[in-house]
Amino acid sequence: MSTTTWEDLVTTALLGTDRRGRTSPTPGALLDGAALHTVRRRAGLRPAPAASRPERAVPDLRDPLPDAARARLAMLLSDRPGVGQGGRRGTAPDLTELLPQWLIAANDRGYAAPPELLPALLDAARGRTDLRPQALLFAGPRALWLARLNPDWKFALRTAPGGSALPSPEDTAGVQQLWNEGLFAERVALLAAVRAHDARAARELLAATWPKERAEDRLMFLDSLRTGLSDADEPFLEQALSDRSRNVRATAAELLSALPGSALAARMAARAASCIALDPARSGITVEAPHECDGAMERDGISPTPPAGRGERSWWLGQLVESAPLATWSRRLGGRRPEEIVGLPVSDDWQGELHAAWCRAAVRQRDADWARALLGTPASPDAGGPGAVSLAERAKLLTTLEAGERADWVAGFIAVHGLSEAFQLLGGCAVPWSEPLGRAVVDALNIARDAGSYPWSFSGVMGLAERCLDPAQATRLESLATLPDEPEDGSPGAVGYWSEAFQRLVGTLRLRAAMRAELAGPG
Amino acid sequence: MTQQGVRWTTDQVLALAPDVASRKAGSKLGAAGPWSEAGSSSEGAVWGLCKGSGSRPYQTVVDTTGPAYKCSCPSRKFPCKHALGLLLLWAGEDNTVAAVPEATAPEWAGQWLAERRRKAEQRSERGSGEGPGAADPEAARRRTERRAERITAGATELEQRLADLLRGGLASAEQAGYGLWEETARRMVDAQAPGLASRVRELGAIPGSGPGWPVRLLEECALTHLLDQAWLRREHLPEALAATVRSRVGLPASADGPALRDEWLVLAQYDTAEAKLTTRRIWLYGTRSRSTALVLSFGAAGRAPDTALPVGLVLDAELSAYPGSGARAALGERFAGPSPAPASFRPVGVDVRSAAVAYGSALRDDPWLESCPVTLERVIPSPGGEAWQLVDADSDVALPVAAAARARGGLWKLAAVSGGEPVSVFGEFGHQGFSPLTAWGVGDAVALC
Repeated sequence: MSTTTWEDLVTTALLGTDRRGRTSPTPGALLDGAALHTVRRRAGLRPAPAASRPERAVPDLRDPLPDAARARLAMLLSDRPGVGQGGRRGTAPDLTELLPQWLIAANDRGYAAPPELLPALLDAARGRTDLRPQALLFAGPRALWLARLNPDWKFALRTAPGGSALPSPEDTAGVQQLWNEGLFAERVALLAAVRAHDARAARELLAATWPKERAEDRLMFLDSLRTGLSDADEPFLEQALSDRSRNVRATAAELLSALPGSALAARMAARAASCIALDPARSGITVEAPHECDGAMERDGISPTPPAGRGERSWWLGQLVESAPLATWSRRLGGRRPEEIVGLPVSDDWQGELHAAWCRAAVRQRDADWARALLGTPASPDAGGPGAVSLAERAKLLTTLEAGERADWVAGFIAVHGLSEAFQLLGGCAVPWSEPLGRAVVDALNIARDAGSYPWSFSGVMGLAERCLDPAQATRLESLATLPDEPEDGSPGAVGYWSEAFQRLVGTLRLRAAMRAELAGPG
Repeated sequence: MTQQGVRWTTDQVLALAPDVASRKAGSKLGAAGPWSEAGSSSEGAVWGLCKGSGSRPYQTVVDTTGPAYKCSCPSRKFPCKHALGLLLLWAGEDNTVAAVPEATAPEWAGQWLAERRRKAEQRSERGSGEGPGAADPEAARRRTERRAERITAGATELEQRLADLLRGGLASAEQAGYGLWEETARRMVDAQAPGLASRVRELGAIPGSGPGWPVRLLEECALTHLLDQAWLRREHLPEALAATVRSRVGLPASADGPALRDEWLVLAQYDTAEAKLTTRRIWLYGTRSRSTALVLSFGAAGRAPDTALPVGLVLDAELSAYPGSGARAALGERFAGPSPAPASFRPVGVDVRSAAVAYGSALRDDPWLESCPVTLERVIPSPGGEAWQLVDADSDVALPVAAAARARGGLWKLAAVSGGEPVSVFGEFGHQGFSPLTAWGVGDAVALC
């Protein structure tokens, strides 16, 4: 039987011994033979020839994570959103929300990622684009090595930050080659990296191939000039004002108007100034909106056709004022300071239009004095500013102030107006929140609880507070997390829910403090 | 070296979780927030009160020498999320934040702990004596004989069934469907031969297992036939092989090998779940004896088996081997641990060629062996879509990675740990390829399963 080949045995077994006639073995003999072959084949297993071996990953020379921090990262990565829990959030911290913060802190300290966590890190970054820059920076060169082997992680090769996949900005030949041959996304990333490193070099790179680029590409590339915008960019932008694409022209005009010394800004100043003047009594502003949008205005980026529902003349006026340097107005309006100008009455219901345009100008030109004037005091009675500036506009104006002043202003706003409209404003504040801002938020939450409302009315602010409050506040908050008696006039069960929400807040703050301590390392 | 007071790492705690959901829920409780009156003692106990949704906090206490758990929560999971959270709180803390300080156990925890200690002592006193059932040797002999007769009847019937199959041809097996096999498997259960029953169930699954199934079916039919024949002629076999046959057929045996005391390093721990049973396989490596042993632990469906030894721990304990071939052993007395192993504790490995030879030699003692435990040294994981390999760093040969291992996520972890450099890998190697379970790169052991 042992002389029978394995193939013979398989054929006989498939067909059946009955069908093979007289020469056929008995089933028992067939199985004996097959058993012998099977064990012999298994016992004779030999290694296979090596198909290929991967190249070696570039070594990661950063310091390894302290053990506790490594364990924490493993835990943060094992938490997947959308599993279990259901609607209510309970008292446990939301680990997924803490991952971005952890990554930033680890990158600040320059740690290397532990190799065994790279797959989970790459999976997390694949699912959340907001995580990608920090996650990939932290993941380092070995993650790119992995991404070349696993198509699921290809995104890492496209979005790698800090030039891991991109040539270094100093590597002129490498930059030139990728700029000429790279994919669109690679070229955008390259241009941004070079611009951040050397504004002039980026402009020259762009200017060299500009006429050959497609319109939508030109728009994206032009956008990269926002970084490090300076007067040196003016000639290039002036030339882009006569671009074939209207969107490119508009963007070039917008960038030029953010340069108060540019020729375009001067032209806009002249046009806008002709529309606005002091009234004869010198106690208010009169407005005479433009009567036409001529070719020159259009070339300077003014869009001639208003959106539905808006008058042409106010549309043109808004754009002119928005693009004119703010310094124009002090000269034009009797040497007044921004606060005084904002305080002047405006004729014929033009105030809203005018103030809104000034807001846009203050944001575009990053003018803190004007922003401050337009914001007014945080305590002003309605949510709007002096000229009924909307909350969204205020949030934008706040970005022009430095972090401390911004936090103080928002704290003042919350103290007067409570939390219901504060979410947008809080989102723009530096993390961790300053002490006055943190105190204002906690006090306001406390007031909301005492007023008997439910905590989920404030879930947005609560979530922000978990991530942004200074962990040092945890002790102060603990008393709020205890369960007081249910007040007679409160909403049913609210006391318990608030206690739960505060518990989670305290728990999350403690966790953040622990995360920070772990990253600082032992001792 | 009494290291009971040594804190575990977070990884070790998370490895105790019965499932992913518990792991996640436990992670969230691993922060100071919901805990009060938490404490630990150097004898290996951790306790605390965890605030839940009700008015009374849950009382959670863990004996880390077991580990064993007790919690007043209603969860049927074991360990529950509170026990996991408590252990995480205890494991994760550095000395600056004393969320679980050394203390004397409060009464509710102390009672349970004391009771456990007392029982453990009783067990170890009784341990050397004979178990129950030694009372009437004549009755036991009769029982054994009756069972052997039933198994013989079952094996004979199974031989008939295999002969019928081969007379009609394997090609017809695809149409015959699963029902016939299921019926035969039940007959084997009735014959008190669970080993044969599970083989028969696997035979039934092969026709649906994709291309190449007739070859696999013939192989498995042949090996089942070999086992039937071996059982029917067990009197003629050498004693060691006869013991292997008895255990393959499914006769229970007790681990009566001589107790081997060693510092046992936990090489791997993983669970396989069937409909009614979760089987946990724990591979241990004796750092002095250089022997590898397999400890099995079982749990009803949905419950984690009660023995948990996360990778990277070491324990000073006695193991006793089961009769027959194979590495299976039972944990006996524990003297210390489990505690984190020093980085220098690593299994001594072999190269790729020796691994293949080791499996071949092991088949001599047990032709039914699917795989044997191997630590490979200096191999480079080479990802390749459907065909991963572990390439010998010093020659041009490689072991293929088993298809089953590709389905798990651990392979990419393995690749990441290696980064193209040689690593040591512990796993199971057999005719289906190599299943990596644990890797050592430049750092600690990394569990891949």
